[in-house]
Amino acid sequence: MAPVLHLAGVGWSVGGATIVDDVSFDVREGEFLAFIGPNGAGKTSLFNLISGLVPAGRGSIALDGADVTAEGVAARARRGLGRTFQTSSLWPAMTVADHVRLAAQAADGGSYRLWRRAAAYGGQVARVLERTGLGHRADAVAGSLSHGEKRKLELAVLLVGEPRLMLLDEPMAGVSAEEVPALTALIRSLHRDEGRTVLMVEHHMDVLLGLADRLAVMHHGTLLALDTPQAVMADATVQSAYLGEAL
Amino acid sequence: MSTVVLLAVTGLGLGALYFLVASGLSLIFGLMDVLNFAHGALLSIGAYGSWWAASGHLPGAGSSGAGFVLAVAFGTAVGTLAAVVLELALIRPLYQRPREQVLATVGVGLAVPALLSAIWGADARPFPGPHALSGTFGLLGARIPVNRLVLVGAALLVLAALRLFLGRTRHGLVVRAGVEDRAMVTALGIDVRRAFTLVFAIGGAAAALGGALGGLYYGSVDPGQGTSLLIFAFVVVVMGGMGSVAGAALAAAGVGLVQQFANYYTASGLGDLAVVVLLAALLLLRPSGLTGRLA
Repeated sequence: MAPVLHLAGVGWSVGGATIVDDVSFDVREGEFLAFIGPNGAGKTSLFNLISGLVPAGRGSIALDGADVTAEGVAARARRGLGRTFQTSSLWPAMTVADHVRLAAQAADGGSYRLWRRAAAYGGQVARVLERTGLGHRADAVAGSLSHGEKRKLELAVLLVGEPRLMLLDEPMAGVSAEEVPALTALIRSLHRDEGRTVLMVEHHMDVLLGLADRLAVMHHGTLLALDTPQAVMADATVQSAYLGEAL
Repeated sequence: MSTVVLLAVTGLGLGALYFLVASGLSLIFGLMDVLNFAHGALLSIGAYGSWWAASGHLPGAGSSGAGFVLAVAFGTAVGTLAAVVLELALIRPLYQRPREQVLATVGVGLAVPALLSAIWGADARPFPGPHALSGTFGLLGARIPVNRLVLVGAALLVLAALRLFLGRTRHGLVVRAGVEDRAMVTALGIDVRRAFTLVFAIGGAAAALGGALGGLYYGSVDPGQGTSLLIFAFVVVVMGGMGSVAGAALAAAGVGLVQQFANYYTASGLGDLAVVVLLAALLLLRPSGLTGRLA
């Protein structure tokens, strides 16, 4: 069975500067792979390459065995790749329910009839909002949510499309200390209870150690280490290059 | 009192005309970041289409009753079709080249009036409207031209239809989200280009309807009508906030009223200057326009 995600020698340069260099790895179904590394290590750039936001300059990317290297972000999203962003990626003037409704109709692209009412996805939207703990905020506009609620809404937008692969880029960024445990529990539940395949960039090691099956360490655009969290933490190269001073 | 009432209703009629042009322009800019200088040409196409049909060239159409409704519908349909062709043939291939896109729309905005002049001449042509709409009625002592009310009614209908479309339909949801952040809509896997074409069609339809009803307002059609209205439509879009239909409605009414009152109480022609002063004052106080969307 083909891995959900396969990267072979992926690289990306801008104006002669190498941002991501020769990155290769596989992600199997149901796995949780976390990325750590200092700022500027290329973690978000790698997510941009995987999601198709920027085209890979070198190497190839496959989703479920299909080569998607030449495909754009919308085509990869239709294949089941969902992604959140480092900074909040919501529509501030739209309601919470509208966000999830839009994602639901995007996932239901085949029956894209012009005058079908947007309210047609009511049940689906309500279920996902309950799942993410936002049921009571359905009619609130996104701009009025707390950081933690915004992150939950981003997850709800992903979940309603039943993604094969979820890319979470620093989901704890900007979230208050009180909101971190609930958000962590939600992400853990998506992985453990629903068996979802997750790639996550995060700086909070305490969050990652309870979640990730494997840790990938990025440094200067390259993959410095990729192993179980325990093995990575014990790796002398990783410790000297990054973990010692950054964590 | 009667003068104030007359100026107010006439100003609202003019504002309705501005709204019909500006609503589509605002949505197009908000969603697509396209400054469509050809939007006035769509109005002219609608105006000439309706004039041509109402003059007896289209079977069933005419200058009164159902025939006039058919003539207006024909002009609106031709304007809508022109908008779709414009988007597919000229705007879409240039999405990654905004400067060329602006130049292309400027070119169409100049070419269409020239083409209309070449076919029907540069002089204004009398617009054959229904007799019932050319009269007046009494309101608080003022004699109000009926066609002003038709314009206001049409603008209110278009405003209601646009709000229903944006608020209750699936494509409306895509357009609303796209106006706020187009890249995020694409990231969900939605082909936003379909929404582009739809918004262009809606904008073209509203502008063409404005052209047809503008014929009633001015009593004539001429090739430059769309271009002169486009300037004020841009003012309305900036004042109302890019991408906001409700903001465009509010700003259009304000601009129409200020123009009429300033023209009457100061000197003819100063109304245009007053609108520019109003725009400058608003942008100084609220740089993001009435609805807080960045201009």
